[in-house]
Amino acid sequence: MYEKDGEKYFVVDGHIHFWDGSPENQANIHGKQFIECFYGYHSALSPEEYLWPQEKFEKYSEEDIMHDLFEIGYVDVAIFQPTYLKDFYVNGFNTTEQDAVLKEKYPDKFILNGSFDPRSGENGLKALEELVNRYDLKGVKLYTAEWYGRSKGWSLKDYWAKRYLEKCEELGVKNIHVHKGPTITPLNRDAFDVADVDDAATEFQNLNFIVEHVGLPRLEDFCWIAVQEANVYGGLAVAMPFIYSRPRYFAQIIGELLYWLDEDRILFASDYAIWQPKWLVEMFVDFQIPEDMQGEYGTLTPDIKRKILGLNAASLYDLEVPSEVPQEEAVAAGEAEYPEKPY
Amino acid sequence: MPTEAEILGALSGVRDPELDEPITDLKFVADLRVAEDVVDVRLRLPTPFCAPNFAYLMVADAREAVLSVPGVQRARVTLDDHHASSEINAGMADERGFEGTFPGNTEGESLDELRTIFRRKAFISRQEKLCRTLLAAGYSAAELAQTQLGEVPASEAKEKYLSRREEFGLDVSAEAPLVVDPDGNQIPKDAVVEHLRFARITRVSIEGNAGMCRGLLATRYGIPDPEEATP
Repeated sequence: MYEKDGEKYFVVDGHIHFWDGSPENQANIHGKQFIECFYGYHSALSPEEYLWPQEKFEKYSEEDIMHDLFEIGYVDVAIFQPTYLKDFYVNGFNTTEQDAVLKEKYPDKFILNGSFDPRSGENGLKALEELVNRYDLKGVKLYTAEWYGRSKGWSLKDYWAKRYLEKCEELGVKNIHVHKGPTITPLNRDAFDVADVDDAATEFQNLNFIVEHVGLPRLEDFCWIAVQEANVYGGLAVAMPFIYSRPRYFAQIIGELLYWLDEDRILFASDYAIWQPKWLVEMFVDFQIPEDMQGEYGTLTPDIKRKILGLNAASLYDLEVPSEVPQEEAVAAGEAEYPEKPY
Repeated sequence: MPTEAEILGALSGVRDPELDEPITDLKFVADLRVAEDVVDVRLRLPTPFCAPNFAYLMVADAREAVLSVPGVQRARVTLDDHHASSEINAGMADERGFEGTFPGNTEGESLDELRTIFRRKAFISRQEKLCRTLLAAGYSAAELAQTQLGEVPASEAKEKYLSRREEFGLDVSAEAPLVVDPDGNQIPKDAVVEHLRFARITRVSIEGNAGMCRGLLATRYGIPDPEEATP
């Protein structure tokens, strides 16, 4: 819970990790490069006082995560988004099982999400069912860029992906978090293309598709999909830290998201441990669209911030919100007419 | 013997297809050596996982640009510190082309299709940049819909827009309409506002990516991060 100027905010951090990127766990050069990439994001966009040495960043402790999220970070509930990367890391980078250790210890603090890889075929379907039943999962995080033997990525349009989504529907796993990253195959295509989310969201109306990083670096394509599919949401991980280093750019992202999606489908996230929720929450609550941009983008009210910081995620995951936090009635979805995509 | 300045001048014509900015401005040129008629260029990118397709395009474009400088007989362009560095560098040295560099890892159309997608985005983004300066100067959206290129006062934004427009082979004559889609079709008056709104988010996305890439490159190689650009 965060309180500022008499306003109370229930905080759900929609995207956190408990990873092991240490040299002992790196299976190859790609594992080394991957954590270095993350460290690059961390170093490029964090305020100086929140910078970690690389060694700590590679593998941090239970104490760190509990302290940074809940003791000082204002987070009420945090959602684990696993990133397996078993081709890069001996024991995986950040698996459901690793996260489950903390979930079992602090059941009210965390939401545990699973994952699946459609390239695992029938066996994987069974494994997904076991995972969901074992941990009572309500969500999965998908990473279409993940390498798997010779394959360097997959698409939500694949036959097997649909089989897995059907299984999710059947098991009550309703929140599908999708991360787009640099897939390799086929190499001549745009690896960050979010078009397959459109396909899946149309076909699976009962599932919610949360596009992590609001589709960055393809914000425009993501918004184009989200405007047409009511079950598509935007997760702010990676977009949030711009609030510090590039506040005018952050204002544009938030402004565009509010225009194309509205305030009910945007979810706060830190992507811990890449960034820390403490400074992100503080800066977001203090944030306003710069005056000279308000004509284009309007302003952010405490109600809008409350929804983004926690109420929207609480509604996706059926979390109980303390009565002291005001919950404005959700704005009914607009019946706006949208233009033909110009190109 | 060609000079370094001539080589840099040629390289400034090579753009990151995704960010629509010269690789020289983005500081992707790590090193440049001229020895008689042989030129060595080393390129670097913000992360080891930057998309290899775009990386390949930039390396290939850079090589072609260097070879276009009078007096250059051989150009060797290599990519540093990337997860596909060795494949790309070997493929470039043997002139195997993209498909030959990554056999079995491509599908359907060649890289040209990808390049076209991003040129369309760049075109739309440049158009919006120009249009917003005109809107700020007092034009209404409806007026923009009826404006011809020749009526637009000269500016850097106009120049860049026209160059992207020309790349598409679209009409850049003074009588041609200002606001068109990437196929050259004029946008009707009642659709201009929505057209520009979508164009705006395309620009925001491209500019944001460029900012992110600049920041990551600066951190990775310990060079100063340029200040946030005012949109």
